[in-house]
Amino acid sequence: MGSLFRQIGAVVVMTVQSLPSRFWASLTTIVSIALVIGTLLAFLAMGNGFQKTVAGTGSDEIGIVLGTGSSGSELNSTMPSSAVSIIEEGPGIARDANGVPIVSPETYVAVGAVRRSGGAKANISLRGVEGNAAGMRPGFTITEGRMFEPGTNELIAGAGVVRQFEGFDLGAQIRFGPDTWTVVGVFEVPGTVFDSEAWADLPVVQTLFNRGPTVSALRAQLAGPNAIEELQAYVESDPRLQVEVKTEKEHFASEAGSLEALIVFGWVIAITLGLGALAGALNTMYAAVEARTKELATLRAIGFGGVPAFFGAMTESLLLALGGGIVGVAAAFLLFNGINVSTLSGSFTQVVFDFAIGPAQAISGILLALVLGFIGGIFPALKAARTPVLRIGAE
Amino acid sequence: MTNALIQIADVAKSYRRGQETLSIFDRLNLTIPHGDFVAIMGPSGSGKTTLLNMLGGLDRPSGGAITFDGKQIENLSESKLSSWRAANVGFIFQFYNLMPTLTAAKNVELPLLLTRLGSGERNRRVQTALEIVGLSERKDHKPKELSGGQQQRVAIARALVADPKLLLADEPTGDLDRTTATEILEMLQLLNKDLGKTIVMVTHDPAAAKYAKRELHLDKGEFEERVS
Repeated sequence: MGSLFRQIGAVVVMTVQSLPSRFWASLTTIVSIALVIGTLLAFLAMGNGFQKTVAGTGSDEIGIVLGTGSSGSELNSTMPSSAVSIIEEGPGIARDANGVPIVSPETYVAVGAVRRSGGAKANISLRGVEGNAAGMRPGFTITEGRMFEPGTNELIAGAGVVRQFEGFDLGAQIRFGPDTWTVVGVFEVPGTVFDSEAWADLPVVQTLFNRGPTVSALRAQLAGPNAIEELQAYVESDPRLQVEVKTEKEHFASEAGSLEALIVFGWVIAITLGLGALAGALNTMYAAVEARTKELATLRAIGFGGVPAFFGAMTESLLLALGGGIVGVAAAFLLFNGINVSTLSGSFTQVVFDFAIGPAQAISGILLALVLGFIGGIFPALKAARTPVLRIGAE
Repeated sequence: MTNALIQIADVAKSYRRGQETLSIFDRLNLTIPHGDFVAIMGPSGSGKTTLLNMLGGLDRPSGGAITFDGKQIENLSESKLSSWRAANVGFIFQFYNLMPTLTAAKNVELPLLLTRLGSGERNRRVQTALEIVGLSERKDHKPKELSGGQQQRVAIARALVADPKLLLADEPTGDLDRTTATEILEMLQLLNKDLGKTIVMVTHDPAAAKYAKRELHLDKGEFEERVS
């Protein structure tokens, strides 16, 4: 056994030392695998970043009430103001020092905006809110300017909106349809989708967007651990209410789930590209084994078995793949990690988020590279193991 | 003959080429005693290298028996044949067949990696083998940093290092100039006389064959012997 390990060790060392003589072919394999891994990581980083932002939004201590049939989307949801009055009197809702329920009725509309890069048009969310809205978003701060004045065409813009879209800088005037709005403040709720919204006074939004006496959602500060169940039971038992209740955390987690398709798509693209890289890796490895036929046959003549030859070729393939994997991960990290983009959310409005490459994405990339290296190496390695000893005179 | 290291009895070798069977030789007989130095000559295609490969267990006969030190080898399994080669045969090739990325010492050490020897003993034997061929000063040089003659001497050290009974040399001077060839042949002669190695050498060169104790001419499937 010790002898076998020594043989494998010797052949692996020889193989690795001979890599520079196949520099260009080896580099081609490394680059092609790096491209595959880079592409995969771009998708994974996007999915991961989006999930972090969407799933990072929302609290277990806040319930969100949406109209039945809204498919869990605030944009599709509508309920009459009369329902709000019934719900806010229900159980499970926390009350302030004066005994007033802590709730936030909100109306959610999509408005057009122009991207800073490229100038493309996209929808962003304009949320009509009242006094409790900010208090129900932990981390909410006004970083520039001030809060809007109720009853006016003033709005405050999320930091993500200001970064990604034109016309939302402090003091700017922006038109939505026939009406002109003034940006009087910039706010942040870091790492959440609220950063991608603009907020204005609820009655003004209801009026200017012809919503009448309806809201999209009601947020309610929950009173305790079982409050959500109590509230759910309450709304279900009242036939006047056509609504559904979830915690805000559950609501956004289900929105994040819609991004799984993007991640699957990323894997499909990466594996398709991987097949191309595999063809390149196979070619390189067959050529490498062919180039070493005389050496391998000589070793067989001396008495070495086929196993060390197999390991030598496999090591070379895995090393090239690992190199490609590391280059791919590093390139993706440098190019994508932390870049700020916006994409369509489940509500057909833009969510601004950062690409995020973490250990899980890096490990996925390296593992895919090694799988490509293994598949690309196995047949050439078997060929190496079966090198006929009579090819000893091969030139 | 009790002193025989190798006995070839009625050995045949033929190749199939499509429907045709090409016979290289049929019923070849030869005995090589311990300590012999045999040069095998003959025209191209006469089967010299094929015979050498069969003696070294690299190729198998189509018929007949090859006995090495009293043991039949032609029907050993592939892995047993590998172990047998590692223990009993040292090969010297026309184009040296050194590993280009390894130093002279590491090339020489290769056969010892198949043994149970520890690294200290392996290094000692490598040093001795390189001293025998006069290259201990060059042990850290890679093949491309050595002349053709020096590379062949490294190959001889590699063939010797595991102390095999039999050295097989296929045109060992075919790629060398006359002076270097003479040095190599004198070295083989020395290994035969002083270390008692049995050597079988295939060569085209009559001058090289003169260094052997016996010259065998293989032609049309038969040997003709000339004693030097």
